Amino acid sequence: MNEMEYARPKSLKEMDRIVGAAKRPVKFIAGGTNVIPDIRAGALSSKLLVDLSGLKELNFVKEEKNEIAIGALTTISNIAASRVIREKAPLLFYAAGQLGSPLTRNRATIGGNLAYASPAADTAPPLLALEAVVHTRRRLGRERKIPIDRFFLGPNKTRLAKDEIITKITFSKPKDPSKGSYLKLGLRNAMTISVLSIAVLLETNGNVCRKARIALGAVAPTPMRAYRIEKKFAGRAIDRKNIEESSLLIAEEISPISDIRASAEYRKRVTSVLFQRAIQEASRGGKP
Amino acid sequence: MKKTEVSFTVNGETHKVNVETNALLLNVLRDDLGLTGPKYGCGTGQCGGCTVLVNGEPVLSCLTLAVAVDRADIVTIEGLSKPDGSLDLIQEAFLDHGAIQCGFCTPGMVILAKDLLKRKAHPSETEIREHIVGNICRCTGYVSIVKAIKSCRKKP
Repeated sequence: MNEMEYARPKSLKEMDRIVGAAKRPVKFIAGGTNVIPDIRAGALSSKLLVDLSGLKELNFVKEEKNEIAIGALTTISNIAASRVIREKAPLLFYAAGQLGSPLTRNRATIGGNLAYASPAADTAPPLLALEAVVHTRRRLGRERKIPIDRFFLGPNKTRLAKDEIITKITFSKPKDPSKGSYLKLGLRNAMTISVLSIAVLLETNGNVCRKARIALGAVAPTPMRAYRIEKKFAGRAIDRKNIEESSLLIAEEISPISDIRASAEYRKRVTSVLFQRAIQEASRGGKP
Repeated sequence: MKKTEVSFTVNGETHKVNVETNALLLNVLRDDLGLTGPKYGCGTGQCGGCTVLVNGEPVLSCLTLAVAVDRADIVTIEGLSKPDGSLDLIQEAFLDHGAIQCGFCTPGMVILAKDLLKRKAHPSETEIREHIVGNICRCTGYVSIVKAIKSCRKKP
């Protein structure tokens, strides 16, 4: 922890100037709940820490006619307290409420959760199921949009360039937001990294599933969609047979590792179990 | 390492401190300002012992850089009792219910309790337990702490 430098821009223009003039590699920090433990582990000496938390214009939840936009600097607490998110994207609402603890949520941001790209990132499965788009910005206003299923490249690796920040996340409002479920399995009730997390969002017509979106966390190098399983539900009834068959197949779709939290074998088994619960909960209309 | 002068209000008093870039707010409060209420428990944000209020919000001071809170309004557990030394209602309740054993988790617990009761006059037991879920206690088993907080609820 030596020779680290620090800057806290008050605007995107000031950020551009600071990043442009930087004589050392830049590391962005928002809530700091992951970056500060890294700093303490000595990972960031000789870098310039650019603190984005002063960019108030990136802290918002906006509902428009067809879509919802969330600023990258929006804290997880704000998302977990947002009426708009609770009503229109309950999947994300439940995930936000299970990230860390109230203390970490007061600082952690949705942009930071995605940019840090833990394979177990709590907001990733819901955003994958919502087919969100990540909006980014580089120096001099160069912007681009990255669909979230193309955003993650590997553990703690994303498509973001070294001078690129996330500005906001957008997604279309689900047709029936209640037909969703989010389950997180951890080794304790809170402040826990997922052993497995799963988000399911369905579009149904009676008992027939028109479209299924199934996303998983902590069971692959990145958060992922289970596209092949989704196809098995498209246009078909959500019945016991279909669910049982898919619960066996989904274990083949994931590529978990064994780590200090769980073995790969356990993750495969528990994915089958929680997948069944998630589909059933989603088709019944989510949490009571 | 280069030092920066930061200025912030702590418990109503303004302080100017010269801090290193990597200095944690927790250590500045404890070592530079002598406020040992917030505790160094885990240093990774998992135990909640370092809880303080920054601009009215409970945060983990072990995950906060001192340079990041320049011009902020900070309140530690020392700032919760009244100027004449008498205790806040919640502090009294903790004493009455035996909710303090070693006292290490207490500053964080009291700050979170106060934060909850500010937002909701009559939280359920579940809501109380969920609000303090980031604060670990190794002594009490949480029962006396939850009882103490319940006793501070306004009548529904």
